[in-house]
Amino acid sequence: MRDARCAPRTLTEAGRTGPGAPHGGYMAETDGTDRKDDLEQYAVREDVCACGVAHGPGEHHHHHPAAAEDDGGPLRTPLYDLHVELGAKMVEFAGYEMPVSYPLGVMKEHQHTRAKAGLFDVSHMGQVVLRSRRADAAQALERLVPVDVAGLAENRQRYGFFTNNAGGIEDDLMIANRGDHLFLVVNAACKEADVARLRAGLEPDVVVKSLDSRALLALQGAAAEDVLAGLNVAVREMRFMDVATLELAGAECWVSRSGYTGEDGFEISVPEAAAETLARALLAHPDVEAIGLGARDSLRLEAGLCLYGHDIDSESSPVEAGLTWAIQKVRRPGGARAGGYPGADHIAWQMAEGVAWKRVGLRPEGRAPMREGVEIFAQATGGDPVGRVTSGGFGPTVGAPVAMGYVSAASAAPGTVLYGEVRGKRLPVAVAALPFVPAGFKR
Amino acid sequence: MKFTEEHEWLRVEDGDVVVVGITEHAAEQLGDVVFVELPEVGTTVTKDEEVVVIESVKAASDILAPIDGEVVEVNEALVDEPGKVNDDPEGESWFFKVKVEDLSVMDDYMDEAAYKAFIG
Repeated sequence: MRDARCAPRTLTEAGRTGPGAPHGGYMAETDGTDRKDDLEQYAVREDVCACGVAHGPGEHHHHHPAAAEDDGGPLRTPLYDLHVELGAKMVEFAGYEMPVSYPLGVMKEHQHTRAKAGLFDVSHMGQVVLRSRRADAAQALERLVPVDVAGLAENRQRYGFFTNNAGGIEDDLMIANRGDHLFLVVNAACKEADVARLRAGLEPDVVVKSLDSRALLALQGAAAEDVLAGLNVAVREMRFMDVATLELAGAECWVSRSGYTGEDGFEISVPEAAAETLARALLAHPDVEAIGLGARDSLRLEAGLCLYGHDIDSESSPVEAGLTWAIQKVRRPGGARAGGYPGADHIAWQMAEGVAWKRVGLRPEGRAPMREGVEIFAQATGGDPVGRVTSGGFGPTVGAPVAMGYVSAASAAPGTVLYGEVRGKRLPVAVAALPFVPAGFKR
Repeated sequence: MKFTEEHEWLRVEDGDVVVVGITEHAAEQLGDVVFVELPEVGTTVTKDEEVVVIESVKAASDILAPIDGEVVEVNEALVDEPGKVNDDPEGESWFFKVKVEDLSVMDDYMDEAAYKAFIG
């Protein structure tokens, strides 16, 4: 058989190079192959940044990732030794050696997370602090994101994205108001570009500090609250998207009640020296398993959450991507702080006039997964493509293949039956509402 | 049992029928199998032709025909329950059986000891 033994190598290559370039306007490229042998879907919320090249944080922007090897190879998170000890398959991803799965396997890791609790190392992601100096950091950040940051209450967090002048998305991120500063979490592959963007857009009015001595853990799943309450009972008081500074396993941690799996859970920023102690304390609970990037990807896909570089990129707008919910009224036309961010006019125009393509959920009717790059047609034979899959695979909780992608507005109504071309055959696929699995957030 | 560098196993049955499956090692590397597409019975296959599509949670792969011949039986149970591939790859979860004219190509493939050395 082809590829079985190559799987780890393929993973490594996919992790290092990603798809090589953003997928662009979804119709812009024709994928010559109709089978995805590589494992791009392992990318987790990040893959390529707007510069079109996946690069590690130790490199300069626009450096080719291969250069990372000349500089001593991929980076390791503070939990690297623990991953190896737990028997993880390690792959290079966004310049880091990361666990793609543990001996439990992707399917069981996925199911365990939804049923109980999964611990994820997401330390490769970027953590950035913004402090007001000459100007208010929250108001200043609104110059770069179409999000209501000034109105974000203390100890609350919200989702957002950096836009470009064409209204495309440069990266998606979390923004937390931690009282005297804002705390941002950005995608690993984009973090250098994001910090550069923040510096260029906000300095010297605002102090931009990229934190490189903190790890980031995510504890996700139905049992996450009970598990974390065993280390600090105060977590029980937190609601979805609350943030708090709490002592966990002896370390001062920045905790948010959030995640990227569609489940209740927490993301925990911890000083790197304390990360392994905390991870071991969490793994000691019988309900907790270590979970790799593979299951993280299938979990977020079932939850209908976008993976940057795949489902959203510099050429897809928040309106096309169905993310206008993240643009609060105050930043929309007619709002008190309308516009004022890159591409605002274009995005306002799209909100008023509609868009030609929309991101939708896709449920293949058969058993064959439809992976990234599969072209979507309106008819079983003939015609031009009306869409393309941007993320797809098997949904372990759904028990069937699931996908998302962009289709023409005329084909975007849930229930519309379209055809995905897989290995030369047009197979029926229905447009479906997202998420595929209801969210388990504690509001 | 013989093994190919493509991580298939081959077992001769009834004189001129070769049963084909994938190895434990391959199944483990693939991860949980979620989709199997088998050839139609009666199909004539030639060596190195793609005959089976197998998809795991991770990726799509092909199984290549390791030998020339005619497909005489396929394991339909795998279509309904692809996860069986992970449960018993070298036993119950064979993929297809090929009736062959010339078994001599079997001599080109590895025995178990050689395959174990090959996968290291």
